[in-house]
Amino acid sequence: MAVVNYDSELRRAGAHATHGWRRATFLAKRYVLGTIGLTIMLLFVWTALSADFICRFDPLTVDSAHRLAHPSWLHWMGTDSFGRDVWSRIVHGARISLAVGIGSTALGSSIGVMIGLTSGYLSGWVDLVFQRVTDILQALPLLVLALVMTAALGPSLPNVILAIAIPLIPTVARVIRANTLALRELPFVEAAKSIGMSETRIALRHVLPNTIAPLIVLATAQLGSTILTEASLSFLGLGIPEPYPSWGRMLSESAAEYVRVAPWLVIFPGIAISLAVFGTNLFGDALRDILDPRQRG
Amino acid sequence: MFAYIVRRLALMLVTLIGISIIVFVLLRIVPGNIVDILFDAAGYVDPADKANLQRDLGLDQPIYVQYLHWIWGLLHGDLGYSYVSEKPALDEILPRIPITARLAGLALTFSASIGIPLGVLSAVRQGTRLDYVLRIVSLSGLSLPSFWLGLLILMASVSLFDSMPIFNPNPKTWGEAIAIYCVPAMAVGFRSAALTMRITRSSMLEVLRQDYIRTARAKGASERSVNFRHALKNAILPVITVIGIEAAFLIGGLIVTETVFNIPGVARFLVEALRWRDYPIVQNLVMLIALVVVLANFTVDMLYAVIDPRIRYTD
Repeated sequence: MAVVNYDSELRRAGAHATHGWRRATFLAKRYVLGTIGLTIMLLFVWTALSADFICRFDPLTVDSAHRLAHPSWLHWMGTDSFGRDVWSRIVHGARISLAVGIGSTALGSSIGVMIGLTSGYLSGWVDLVFQRVTDILQALPLLVLALVMTAALGPSLPNVILAIAIPLIPTVARVIRANTLALRELPFVEAAKSIGMSETRIALRHVLPNTIAPLIVLATAQLGSTILTEASLSFLGLGIPEPYPSWGRMLSESAAEYVRVAPWLVIFPGIAISLAVFGTNLFGDALRDILDPRQRG
Repeated sequence: MFAYIVRRLALMLVTLIGISIIVFVLLRIVPGNIVDILFDAAGYVDPADKANLQRDLGLDQPIYVQYLHWIWGLLHGDLGYSYVSEKPALDEILPRIPITARLAGLALTFSASIGIPLGVLSAVRQGTRLDYVLRIVSLSGLSLPSFWLGLLILMASVSLFDSMPIFNPNPKTWGEAIAIYCVPAMAVGFRSAALTMRITRSSMLEVLRQDYIRTARAKGASERSVNFRHALKNAILPVITVIGIEAAFLIGGLIVTETVFNIPGVARFLVEALRWRDYPIVQNLVMLIALVVVLANFTVDMLYAVIDPRIRYTD
């Protein structure tokens, strides 16, 4: 009877490697879907960074002679009703999606962390006030709050980032608060107190680093929904203003008119949005499994 | 239990007041009100006319007076007048509610009836090829923007039937009713179905690992009985939370879907009102949405106590 030595088998597969290439290949084999997600995300970031080199036309140049041109060797994804090259607009649109995605997730998470940490650490009336504020912000769906905010602030890139970041705050604040409450009771915090460390120092140096894992998981999950929300806002005409090539804007109501004559105007931007969000979701799932195994499903 | 309900209702009131203040202030921090917009479009107009109109609309008063005026009206069932149509806001909003409610109800039914069985299937067959496929489908459900799904459906309808479903409040045939309500409802519900499936799957996996499931198997209970009578019963609680939250948050998907399919519901009306800066409509619609959200949350919490006898609210 063959005896399987699990330890050596795992070692051969790279499970014990803690860093470097071997660890990476082990994780890539273990989390195939996550690796696909990461690849899509990297592709997306690369597209955004090198947009100027890989696009063939200026995304804003109007060319009335080539309105609604079919996809061809010249215009890979056809042209829109102004004769602008769809491929170039999609490539440049990656920048906007990425800027809004990363910008609003970072902004929302950092404010959420500050509120959650203060709320969980100080408790008392500060906690009570912050709790009510998060309750209020959570009583409106993400898109509704973001819509009202962009309508109030006016459509521009920074305003869209702000409008999407604010609705993200409550979820982050809740998670960080719950974690802080649990961590505060642990012996290492007591030990830090007993050697006379200040409360602020304990909160920032000891409690905060321990909330990083759930924060990363949450932020990755939110990245996808920020991209979707930006697309929805722009689709409704209240997001990134013309002529900037936002994916959602490219699909805005005029696309419904062109469904008959120019289906490429509907298909390609939609694929771009879905693929970007799908990639972040796949990656986010794998990240959750790795960093937060209790939630593994 | 009674004390708990009273406390919850008080907190709901605090939340609603908070929302009303935020929305009211947000809509008024923008430079330029409806009067400026109307007069911009008209070119040069006498400043006295402008002042008159501002006075008529109550826009010359301090913001807190305007706010109190609105809330006072709200408590008396007077929602003010739409700036655009000049009709009472209530008359504008009320007829649109059933349309959106019908869509939301259908979308939820669709998502529960697809999401729960597929989630159970995925959990029971964990690690198989079927599970992988279902997981990818559910993830893509969370990744497709619902307006794009709507546009794709329109495109398919154009190429198959050479026509687009046009909204008609009184459909004559069953086929028409399905095209008008069910198709958009599925476009919106796809996302919730995916979410429901994911939650059902992970909740089922958690429950299936427990000892009492092994006991049930040891007693010789059939696979079907173990999965549905023993496991799903205990795994359903988180699923209900998600469906409850989705019931309220579906409005986000409905906003874009109603726009794509040109359905004159409440959700699309919000976008139109925002574009026109029709504040009386916007602020009342936002309050309506907030009310639905807090009521949905409350109902879910109350349902817990009904479904799971172990949960008793004492406070």
